[in-house]
Amino acid sequence: MTISTTPLPVEVEAPVAKPAAKRSRLWAWLIFIAGALYFLVPLGATFWWSLRAEAGVLGFEAYRRLFDDANFWPSFTESVVNAVAAILLSLIIIVPTAYWVTLKLPRLRPVVEFITLLPFVIPAVVLVFGLIRLYGRPPLLLTATYDSSRVLLICAYAALSFPYMFRSVDNGLRAMDVRTLTEAALSLGAGWPTVMRRVIFPNLRVALLSGALLTFAIVIGELTIALFMAQQTFGPYMANLTRSKVYEPSAMAIVAFALTWVAMGTIALVTRPGRRR
Amino acid sequence: MSGGFLSLEGVRKEFDGVVAVDTFDLEVEPGEFVSFLGPSGCGKTTTLRMVAGFEEPTAGTIRLAGKDVTNAKPNERNIGMVFQSYALFPNMTVSENIAFGLRIRKEDSAARQERVDELLALIHLPDKGKAYPNELSGGQQQRVALARALAIRPQLLLLDEPLSALDAKIRDELRAEIRRIQRQLNITTIYVTHDQEEALALSDRVVVMSKGLMEQVGEPFEIYNNPATGFVASFVGQLNRLPVSVIDGEKGLVRAGQTELRTTSLVESPAGTEVSLMMRPEELTLDASEENVLDGTVESVTFLGSIVRVQVGVSVGRLTADLFNERLLKLPEVGDTTQISFPAHACWVMV
Amino acid sequence: MGGARRPPRFHFGRWLGVLPFFIFSGLFLIGPAVILAYRSLEGPDGTLTLDNYRALTTDTVMAAYGASIRLSLTTALVGGIFGFLLAWAVSMGGLGRSLRSGMTTFSGVASNFAGVPLAAAFIFTLGRVGVITDLLTWMGFDLYGSGFTLYRFWGLTLVYLYFQIPLMVLVLLPALDGLKQDWREAAENLGATPRQYWRRVAFPVLLPSILGTMILLFGNAFGAHATAYALTGGSIPLATLLIGQQISGDVLNNPGLGYAVAMGMVFIMAICIVIYSILQRRSERWLG
Repeated sequence: MTISTTPLPVEVEAPVAKPAAKRSRLWAWLIFIAGALYFLVPLGATFWWSLRAEAGVLGFEAYRRLFDDANFWPSFTESVVNAVAAILLSLIIIVPTAYWVTLKLPRLRPVVEFITLLPFVIPAVVLVFGLIRLYGRPPLLLTATYDSSRVLLICAYAALSFPYMFRSVDNGLRAMDVRTLTEAALSLGAGWPTVMRRVIFPNLRVALLSGALLTFAIVIGELTIALFMAQQTFGPYMANLTRSKVYEPSAMAIVAFALTWVAMGTIALVTRPGRRR
Repeated sequence: MSGGFLSLEGVRKEFDGVVAVDTFDLEVEPGEFVSFLGPSGCGKTTTLRMVAGFEEPTAGTIRLAGKDVTNAKPNERNIGMVFQSYALFPNMTVSENIAFGLRIRKEDSAARQERVDELLALIHLPDKGKAYPNELSGGQQQRVALARALAIRPQLLLLDEPLSALDAKIRDELRAEIRRIQRQLNITTIYVTHDQEEALALSDRVVVMSKGLMEQVGEPFEIYNNPATGFVASFVGQLNRLPVSVIDGEKGLVRAGQTELRTTSLVESPAGTEVSLMMRPEELTLDASEENVLDGTVESVTFLGSIVRVQVGVSVGRLTADLFNERLLKLPEVGDTTQISFPAHACWVMV
Repeated sequence: MGGARRPPRFHFGRWLGVLPFFIFSGLFLIGPAVILAYRSLEGPDGTLTLDNYRALTTDTVMAAYGASIRLSLTTALVGGIFGFLLAWAVSMGGLGRSLRSGMTTFSGVASNFAGVPLAAAFIFTLGRVGVITDLLTWMGFDLYGSGFTLYRFWGLTLVYLYFQIPLMVLVLLPALDGLKQDWREAAENLGATPRQYWRRVAFPVLLPSILGTMILLFGNAFGAHATAYALTGGSIPLATLLIGQQISGDVLNNPGLGYAVAMGMVFIMAICIVIYSILQRRSERWLG
């Protein structure tokens, strides 16, 4: 027996708005607006202040003075160089470690993960304390000169980046199911260098970029370790600026915020699901 | 515990202009087991969710035991639902999960405990009361989900593809369990599945759906042996189709190539029309013992255990025959010429 | 019975890949911690002693630890609660996907925006001549006259929340996503109102995550140095500032005590991380 499929005259009912859902939406908006106010007002106030450097005029004078300041570019570039060095160092150490621990030495994973979490257990101020005491006198003297301290600084930054770098690379390896891919590649005849070059690294690009950008954001404005190692990087520069000038610090805060936004925004962009690499 | 009387009248659901369910009419008797069967996207789950109250119908009425529940909230309908993913609350033990609906209804703890014990016995898991869901196997979790839905003594039981996440063997066991419990409690049940074997084995009646439309409603035997549409015929069970032309509609005579075949079913088309002759594989035999005989060559032989599936190429197409296995059976070989035959009452014509 | 049993051989090659990691960590993470631990157990004459730890009860140290603990507890609680509400609003409050992804990106930025720029931004907002301070004065309310100051406890709390709340949001969003829609529907089907669902299912399931992250927040605030330094210049008692001062010059007049203070901080952070890991594992078990 067949059912007649001619449509009955239909009255489309207006969707009934569930009152509970509407009420909770109201609360959600209230909370969001409260949060937005809290986060945006300080930024707005700082930006507003930064525009008032020239008396009676709203302009970017503060920014001009900032970028013209004798110490701005030197300290900024020094921080950038430090960051890049720390990132490279961290990558060279972490990527093979993560790969090895995933594929060849899974039993070591808890130990490695524990170590990568040490920067959370040893805050920066304690770490720099230990570094100075450990490397402050012979035979391990590294704090004697500015440059040797700088090397120590870069190594410390690399170590501080371990939690983020390792988690990023580890997630990346897991997402690409590195074991299965490696086995597939090997069974198709690829040698190890090919596996690394054509299978592992291309699929890790996003994870590596995320880790690098996070590390960059952390290093660029870092104050604690740089301060106690007497390094003239961007962090101490900013601290000095806050004590010595009136308008430039506001421009500096906005610039710093913009920088962080670019770094994190790039991460968000590259880690968008479904993005074609 | 017997179920209520469920009726869906003109139920329709649109999502952003796309019609998911188009005019669904059904009356379910108390204690009846009805399956909604169809491929993914046919609207069966959407219809179920409308009965449960998780989707609002764009049009139509849903009545349960005489009461209009079309716009009632899901927590007011006294319907029990079993989800495909079990949906057991991970922070509660098995007993607490089962007792959840009873706690909401503020039954006292003695009554709750009694009911929980009753249900644990019903699902054959009497000593798992204190276990947590993640300690149980998939089949056990699904049974607990069933017990949880039944605890509140619902008028209607809804199951949304409850067995599709389970291994084949567990699926068979649990299928029998579900039917046994349903019969024992005599509870009206709606069961959604894409597995036609499940639908046929479990149901009093089957609703076959496709693209939001009800293709056919009937008992499993009817659906299988008298499919109303081409879709039902090919979705439920295996189907053979031969292109033939009508010789004499009243006498049921058709021509396949050079051979004349007869069917006892109604042929309304005039002579000369190209139609399809349909028959089920199990009605075919590899000899000339039945009325309609065709000559052909064996193209493939597949041993499936209890069934031996033989594909035979004939002049106008290919026929698949399902033969029962016998220990002393001599399997045909690929390339053998053979005759293949079927009775006149086993086939029917579709335009 | 059985073939020859090969004695386990030490495959040096297998360890090659992780050797740099261990060496580096030993030099720059473990080493510094060990030297501090060792020195903290050293008495003035070089013998091993626990005196330094006993001396932790001196006023300066207790004041610093007490203030740090109060600050961390407050920001963890307030940041945790508001962070949870914000995460809820943005994921389940029906505000739209673009607001949610905007919130996620912003949280990533804000949680890294600590230190000098953050302190500076708040000084410009709520400092003695800050924009909002002036606004309030213009509206008739003397902020600093009423006792508030940015450079003491409540001011610091306000500033710390700027990176505490986003951290809570970032961790809690995936947890809220893990709340399966099926659970809500099953609860509704069994007769529960939304409030009953939250009370009996959603909150209990989320609790390990919420508590664990609050503990993470506690540790985060406890170990923060740059922001407090930039804001106060080290003028108020805080554990991290005390350690900083100890590095520059022995303000405690007792080097051993200085090391003990540092190790005390490590100890507290370690407890936080351990409790967080335990709760995190439990939450992952339920939320997948």
